[in-house]
Amino acid sequence: MADVVEVVATDDPVRPLFSPAGELTAAARSRLGLSQDALRDLYRQMVLIRRADQEALNLQRQGELGLWGQFLGQEAIHVGAVAALQPDDWIFPSYREFGMAMCRGIDPADMLTWFRGLSAGPWDPREFHFAPLAVPVASQVPHAVGFAMGSRFKKSKDVVLGTFGDGATSKGDWHEAMNFAGVFKAPVIFLCQNNHWAISVPLAKQTAGSIAERAQGYGFPGIRIDGNDVLGVLAAVRGAAERARRGDGPYLIEAMTYRMGAHTTSDDPSRYRTETELQAWSVKDPVGRYRAWLEGQGIIDGAAIKTIGDEGESMAHAMRTRLLAFTPAPPGEVIFGRVYARPPDSFLEEREEFEASLESS
Amino acid sequence: MEAVTMAKAINLSLRDALARDEDVLVFGEDVGALGGVFRITDGLQEAFGEERVFDTPLAESTIIGVAVGLALRGFKPVPEIQFDGFVYSGFDQIVSHVAKYRNRSGMSMPITIRIPFGGHIGAVEHHSESPEAYFTHTAGLKVVAPATPGDAYALLQSAIADPDPVIFFEPKARYYVKEEVDPKREVLIGRARLAREGTGVSVIAYGPTVSVALEAAKAAEKENISLEVIDLRTLSPLDMATIIESLRKTHRAIIVHEAPVFGGFGGEIAARIADDGFDLLEAPVTRVGAMNTPYPPARFEKLYLPDVDRILEAADVALAYG
Repeated sequence: MADVVEVVATDDPVRPLFSPAGELTAAARSRLGLSQDALRDLYRQMVLIRRADQEALNLQRQGELGLWGQFLGQEAIHVGAVAALQPDDWIFPSYREFGMAMCRGIDPADMLTWFRGLSAGPWDPREFHFAPLAVPVASQVPHAVGFAMGSRFKKSKDVVLGTFGDGATSKGDWHEAMNFAGVFKAPVIFLCQNNHWAISVPLAKQTAGSIAERAQGYGFPGIRIDGNDVLGVLAAVRGAAERARRGDGPYLIEAMTYRMGAHTTSDDPSRYRTETELQAWSVKDPVGRYRAWLEGQGIIDGAAIKTIGDEGESMAHAMRTRLLAFTPAPPGEVIFGRVYARPPDSFLEEREEFEASLESS
Repeated sequence: MEAVTMAKAINLSLRDALARDEDVLVFGEDVGALGGVFRITDGLQEAFGEERVFDTPLAESTIIGVAVGLALRGFKPVPEIQFDGFVYSGFDQIVSHVAKYRNRSGMSMPITIRIPFGGHIGAVEHHSESPEAYFTHTAGLKVVAPATPGDAYALLQSAIADPDPVIFFEPKARYYVKEEVDPKREVLIGRARLAREGTGVSVIAYGPTVSVALEAAKAAEKENISLEVIDLRTLSPLDMATIIESLRKTHRAIIVHEAPVFGGFGGEIAARIADDGFDLLEAPVTRVGAMNTPYPPARFEKLYLPDVDRILEAADVALAYG
């Protein structure tokens, strides 16, 4: 007879906070322990990143960016997840985590130089504990696990957040990384931003089963939650992070949301999805919903909302101005400068030839 | 020091690196209690513990992927890919991340990926391949392939100490050849060596074909033909200075590798000779390598791989010019 394998973790501090439908319970919401300032700031951050997202879209439409991938509709995940972590906890993003990066303090104008084609990597990950954007889908998930394994080996208390979309869960790297995380009990939180679309392929054609429940097969807990509730995301990531910090290993959070915009500015969603679906999700808009809740609680009023809106406008203006004024490093430095830590002589000669050709032309 | 096999020399090199630097980690499939399928990591887990030398799940892409994460965390990972033919599952992580991460982040990738490569061991499919050209074609990587125990020891030291990622190809057919190893001798990445002096034709080889070239040189001597043998040791960056220096004497070059000639690394060497040494040549540069087919069933590999006769024929052709 086969050995009995205990697949359901008994130490799940996240699940008791949520209803079976993945909603943060009223009791858990009231026990979050956030000050009114902190609660208002979550709203403020969502407004700012949404405004930056809109401005980046405008810039692309005006020909100033090569490409833009909106995260409209996913702001609660970006803000809630970062707010739940400690500054030393590293985040390994995919390519749509501009909002998370802003919440970590990375200058949005700097980040846009990547989309403008002026920089291969605009920020130092060591300064913000925020890894570079990863374009090959799911390829960053093993990095998050390796980093977390390293934290465990170094007996450090930091944890790692690896985030990805629903499409990524189809990739081998995702499965392999989840498996490694389970085996090595790596202090990593897997945050799936299930926005229902991988470019034009809907969730139902991406996967036939539950993403969250797969965690059990890898030996750790997982949960599906409402990803449009910033406090729900915060509570789930915080619970999973505390568990990982204690040495109890990985956790998978599947945050349900919706990609309200196109995949990128090169995409045309009218070819594959309906207005009706979009409208159904508009009602669940994370920013409007949270504002209504804050108003209902008497935590925010019209004047505060206007102040935050104004801050968004001036932030967007400053971002645009700084981006358009950005001067890249000289071509030789951009193309050759960071490839090797110890560049071979032949590589340096190629750079010299290239730079000489620029001077002579 | 007494003579040791290349397998033992690599084992000693890993042992010395692990002892010297606590950030060095050795991991991969079966490298722990078993000591690796070729016993290259024999005894290392026992000596350094399960957090320094560990078995991983059977998944090459994430073996490389976690090496990236560990490097970002401050470690010097030395992952093992069990056989040449299994590295393809890890190819995306190597090409998209190991090679390019520094370019997009400024953070170094001090990763040494060890891969036993090449044929002549009578193995089944996927165990005898020579995938080096896939990696030499990728900027950001350094690619080495030692031919002797001493160079294997020293180059592995250099690779692990290098802040850039190194693909370390081990000629598995040469694992059990013995030589005295001096752990103090340094071999820098990017430096070829003259394996045998000669005057008639320069034979450029690396990894498993160096010994074939040396055998050919011995045989040629009986016919009064003098072959000079260059052991590249490093493929990327390529030591063109040593090649050109040799051509000043011989004016003729043959390149020998086990990989198929078409699209192989020999093509790059030949093109570079044409660029840098055209005036020195008295004969076309020729390449001796495998045919443009998948690696054959093992009983046919002797017909497929470069041998002494094919090198001698190429030398005859080169010497017929001028």
